[in-house]
Amino acid sequence: MLSEENTLGDEERTVTDVSLFIQSLINGLNQGAIYALIALGYTMVYGIIRMINFAHGDFIMVGAYTLFYTIPLMVSYGMPAWLAVLAAIVVCVAVGVIVEVVAYRPVRGAGSMSALITALAMSLFLENLAMVLFGANPKSVQAVFNLPMVEIFGAKLQCKYLLTIGIGLVIMVGLQLFVKKTKLGKAMRAVPQDKQASTLMGIDVNRIITTTFAIGSGLAAVAALMYCSTYPRCTTDMGSMMGLKAFIAAVLGGIGIIPGAMLGGILVGVIEIFVKVYIAPGWYEAITYGLLIVVLLVKPSGILGRNTGEKV
Amino acid sequence: MLTIRDLHVSYGAIHAIHGISLTVEDGEIVSLIGANGAGKTTILHTITGLKKASSGTIEYDGHDLLKTRPCDIITLGMAHVPEGRHIFPAMTVAENLEMGAYIKNNRDEIQEKMKEVFERFPRLRERRKQLAGTLSGGEQQMLAVGRALMSSPKILLMDEPSMGLSPLLVKEIFKIIQEVHRQGITVLLVEQNAKMALSIADRAYVLETGDITIWGDAKELLKDDRVRKAYLGQ
Repeated sequence: MLSEENTLGDEERTVTDVSLFIQSLINGLNQGAIYALIALGYTMVYGIIRMINFAHGDFIMVGAYTLFYTIPLMVSYGMPAWLAVLAAIVVCVAVGVIVEVVAYRPVRGAGSMSALITALAMSLFLENLAMVLFGANPKSVQAVFNLPMVEIFGAKLQCKYLLTIGIGLVIMVGLQLFVKKTKLGKAMRAVPQDKQASTLMGIDVNRIITTTFAIGSGLAAVAALMYCSTYPRCTTDMGSMMGLKAFIAAVLGGIGIIPGAMLGGILVGVIEIFVKVYIAPGWYEAITYGLLIVVLLVKPSGILGRNTGEKV
Repeated sequence: MLTIRDLHVSYGAIHAIHGISLTVEDGEIVSLIGANGAGKTTILHTITGLKKASSGTIEYDGHDLLKTRPCDIITLGMAHVPEGRHIFPAMTVAENLEMGAYIKNNRDEIQEKMKEVFERFPRLRERRKQLAGTLSGGEQQMLAVGRALMSSPKILLMDEPSMGLSPLLVKEIFKIIQEVHRQGITVLLVEQNAKMALSIADRAYVLETGDITIWGDAKELLKDDRVRKAYLGQ
């Protein structure tokens, strides 16, 4: 009798172990897809002008507030809530392009320290401007997707997470193809390799840089949608924390390299959730940052980075 | 075709080009020779807008080049093969050539051009999927020339194409320049290898620390005592 009871308990535990694992993996991938989309914005801008755009995280905040205001409008006109992402993309791209042209372009020749300080200032400016415009109180964003839960191997999974992972994958593959195959994508790769030669080929370098900002900001808007579908809340400082983690993801994968940002983002997301579930919920950030330090000690250029001797 | 009048160029307080004038007629090969640091590259950079002029005019086919955006100059039919080749090292040979045709939108035309370049440089066809940074110096120079030809230029500005190449490859590059010229492309050639540059050119200018000191028919410059002494080592 005793042994039978034991076996039963083991079986039960195996089932919950598997389902917990699957659930955590999906949660981690969901989180990771969001980080990856944000990390892509950092990495694309870094890749083209060797500058860390610290205001990039705040573009997500801009996107989230746009969603907060436009989702109710969409719903009141009988349209699906997620269509609000189009408005968020328009607003984020506009903010990204304005920031680039007004704040970053004038200091481009002035060295990396000036660019860094300008980016930090831009980040603080956007956060404070948001506080003036939207108030300091957090806002609750209406549900983006109304999707059921599904059960796989006893794991209860949110369909919207699967959707987020799917959208993330499609965007990442699409972006990689865009950069590899299209004329504009090739120009985006040519400019950082040799600005002078690019100009001689007829490439308008400034326009390519602005386009890169526009794409990165558009991705931030999509990331904002995914974030709001997971955590339906926006605050004026939400961008700095998200941005920091995504920046870590970009560096972890190898900054300036598109597949690196994807890998880094997904790794950071999955590790965060697994540490929360299996190790110690309070420690997940310490462990994530610790991991970054270890990786950079072993391979300063990041997991997929080539060793160029250049420091981030 | 190309007329430079009283051009002055400065780097900060350093006055690099002291009012030079130079012309290139349609169908010519014109060489600009001179020692290191004389300002040859600066002149080419000013023509294609990579460097700003302090004063003077550069006129090409009725266009004021000093008022043209650098990235638009190639659309006027002027291609520049820069010193040190400046290929895109992390792109394949084929991608480098595609970038050369960046101003073209017709895919068939780009393919046709690429076929032409591959016929001229069979080595590039063999290596078309290889990253350009892994090519040898001579192959990179050929890629740089091929890339410039992709835009179907009317005039080709070439900056030290023989630099860093073995004597055999130097001959090969000069042969290529002559072939390109025979196809109706005007050439402005900047070279330190004065002997080779003068032997293929119609006319030539000698630049000394920012001033043009000697100019004339290239064959006559080959016999000029001052040129022979200073640049031909005779």
